[in-house]
Amino acid sequence: MPTLTINGIEVQVEKGTTVLEAARFLGIPIPTLCHDDGLVPYGACRLCLVEVSNGRKQTLQASCCLPAEDGLKVLTHSARVERARRLLVEMYVAVCPSSKRIQDMASAMGVRQVRYQAKHETCIQCGLCVRTCEQQMMAGAIGFSGRGLNRSVSRPFDMTSELCRQCGACLYVCPVCESRCQGPQAESTLCNGCLNISTVCFQSYDNAMCFLEPCHACEIGGPFRADVQVKPRSKDFTRIGEK
Amino acid sequence: MLKLKSPYEIKELQLCLEASETARPCISVCDGSGCKASGADNVIKSLRAELDKRGLQGTIDLKSTGCHGFCEKGPVMIVWPEKVFYNGVSLSDAKDIVNSVSNGHKPVERLLYKDPATGERILHEHDVPFYARQQRILFGNNGKLDPKDIRDYIKVGGYSALGKALTDFSPEQVVEAVKRSGLRGRGGAGFPTGVKWEALRNSAVRPRYIVCNADEGDPGAFMDRSLLEGNPHSVIEGIIIGAYALEAKEAYVYVRAEYPLAVEHLTVAIQQAEKAGLLGDNILGSKMSFRIHLVQGAGAFVCGEETALLASIEGRVGEPHPRPPYPVQKGLWGKPTVINNVKTWASVPVIINKGADWYASIGTERSKGTMVFSLVGKINNTGLVEVPMGITLREMIYEIGGGIPKGKKLKAIQIGGPSGGCIPASMIDLPIDYEALTQAGSMMGSGGMVVMDEDTCMVDVARYFMEFLEEESCGKCFPCREGTQQMKGILNRIAQGKGEESDLELLDDAGWMIKETSLCGLGQTAPNPVLSTLRYFRDEYEAHIRDKKCPAKVCRELIVYQIDETICDGCHACVRVCASEAILGEKDKAHEIESAKCIKCGACLEVCQPKAVLVH
Repeated sequence: MPTLTINGIEVQVEKGTTVLEAARFLGIPIPTLCHDDGLVPYGACRLCLVEVSNGRKQTLQASCCLPAEDGLKVLTHSARVERARRLLVEMYVAVCPSSKRIQDMASAMGVRQVRYQAKHETCIQCGLCVRTCEQQMMAGAIGFSGRGLNRSVSRPFDMTSELCRQCGACLYVCPVCESRCQGPQAESTLCNGCLNISTVCFQSYDNAMCFLEPCHACEIGGPFRADVQVKPRSKDFTRIGEK
Repeated sequence: MLKLKSPYEIKELQLCLEASETARPCISVCDGSGCKASGADNVIKSLRAELDKRGLQGTIDLKSTGCHGFCEKGPVMIVWPEKVFYNGVSLSDAKDIVNSVSNGHKPVERLLYKDPATGERILHEHDVPFYARQQRILFGNNGKLDPKDIRDYIKVGGYSALGKALTDFSPEQVVEAVKRSGLRGRGGAGFPTGVKWEALRNSAVRPRYIVCNADEGDPGAFMDRSLLEGNPHSVIEGIIIGAYALEAKEAYVYVRAEYPLAVEHLTVAIQQAEKAGLLGDNILGSKMSFRIHLVQGAGAFVCGEETALLASIEGRVGEPHPRPPYPVQKGLWGKPTVINNVKTWASVPVIINKGADWYASIGTERSKGTMVFSLVGKINNTGLVEVPMGITLREMIYEIGGGIPKGKKLKAIQIGGPSGGCIPASMIDLPIDYEALTQAGSMMGSGGMVVMDEDTCMVDVARYFMEFLEEESCGKCFPCREGTQQMKGILNRIAQGKGEESDLELLDDAGWMIKETSLCGLGQTAPNPVLSTLRYFRDEYEAHIRDKKCPAKVCRELIVYQIDETICDGCHACVRVCASEAILGEKDKAHEIESAKCIKCGACLEVCQPKAVLVH
């Protein structure tokens, strides 16, 4: 049974355990987008990076794919890890700003601006749907096609595969298709937290109630916190993250 | 050819071949890719026709060989046994060459290499400055042998290292020798080869596999290609010795399908080695059985990364997967696998033959042996050079490369392929070894070396490489796929004069993030061209952003073409070549460029005799 150290805590795990599993066993939260307990680790989203020192060198490695080995020293929230994650999430927001999960991550990590050009894509190619279809549903009806710029999740010859049973598992596992709350300025790249935008989100919004769960940004700073006073809208306000 | 049944028979055959060598002169013409492009095939044809015409086929031999390295002066040839070196040979020279060889070997003066410094003609290849500073232990035989004839290779001592390994070495001793030689992976990362082999030997899982990585994808690099085309048996011999040391039964050579000649020569070489009893069952009468398979890649740059390469051999999509587990633990079909570059494998016979200590005596403290570079770009002597590690960039560029053409100033050297970094001219005394290059923000890579002169815009260079990497990123991991796109977007903006001051910090941040978080070597090195140019040429970025000027006058959006009325003699030459009809003016009167129509192609600049066209 390998013994490793995570954030200074010694932990003994069974052989074959990953560092991510070991850290979660200790209750240390590590963000992920492409990980699912029932699937073979993929290592594509890179959010689960941890700083690993193995003798002389200290490198960042994806904890979801890293087998827990004897003597491994792992830091899950070192300054280097935090900076890498924050910059990564900033890019995630730019690529897929409509996703609640990504916006929530950005708020939780304190991402205050998005300097990249927004791309408004709907897929981050985490591969969860592809792997679920293949490994859990035993269908393999969808897969990746193309390379780099042109890579996308698709069906064989762009037709519904005979293998597809329309079970909907691919929809269920998608981490980014849950929309962020549609308060004012829902088109902005970075969810501002309703506090920043002045009046409350759901009541005054186009006379329609927002039925989505509040984004993390709203929750920490918005109308859902009774103890925070709502700021009046100021004239010179510019949206954070937009130039 | 008879099957060789013991290591001694190799030695016997070599002696036989040496003895049978007559004093017949031999013209060996370089038919490598570089010289082929300059018309070597036609030169060979006309030489053959000339020999036929005079009935000299039996008295003078003609051989087409692999790359000699001096591609700039191609087609090149050597006339044996005098070793007279001719360069820049054309069709019409065939007659004179045959004349000189048949009539007492008086060299053809005008085809000899002319030293640009002294103006003297140089007779022998090894006296040419381009070759004089090189140490060609891998490429030295290229000019001597026909790559399609195994006997040529055996004649120069080929497969003797295999014989030596089988008789004098135990497998462990071979690994020990490679370890002691200090040989490091020539594919780029520079991992010690012996340590890798030892790690494989420590694994109890069988079977074990050997892979030769010949998926050379760097723009402007052709070292592996030339070695496979010119001397495929040296690579095969290295692989067989590796198989003996690692007790492997099968090897795969992964070659780019874009290298048809390399594939052809390798296929022939493998067949010949099989016939000669060097591959197959009971190699040289021993109990060892070993086969080599050839796999052709489908043109993805990322497949040069070892885990992607393995996936591709297995028939899966060529995308990398995270390490650990490393290929030596879990490689091809889940079995322990050693992957090495073409040049690494070709170095193994040299180490066995000449000894690990001899090999370790070449180079610097931590980088041993020789490294092959393809020297390209703004340099007088383009070609393949093999130099001992630790040689300085100055020696490389001014002594071997012959300096920068047209008396221009050196600006930067980009080493290590598309994801290498740019080293500024001020660091020209940097020794070439793994550590020094990494410290300078570049890397050894597989050995591409692009020389840039003062006319090169570093923002444009960074943009070009980013564009290449954006297309070649496999797209599996997020930072590499999206990061390269974003970085290219920012560089585009800067090159168009739309950049902002904050863009530089953003490039720094994005580059750092991609480097730290990417899954494989491609992403981890992708920001190098940008980060290194930002480090050494920040002022150039700032000029693009603040002054909206491109100091090297390359970025089209930031330059203007104008005609100096006082100089223009109204010859109309520019008017004729201007494709967009942007130049106005009557004949014999000063012309004018209409900037709205001008596409900044530079055609007028080239044709203007009185140099009246100015670029701002």
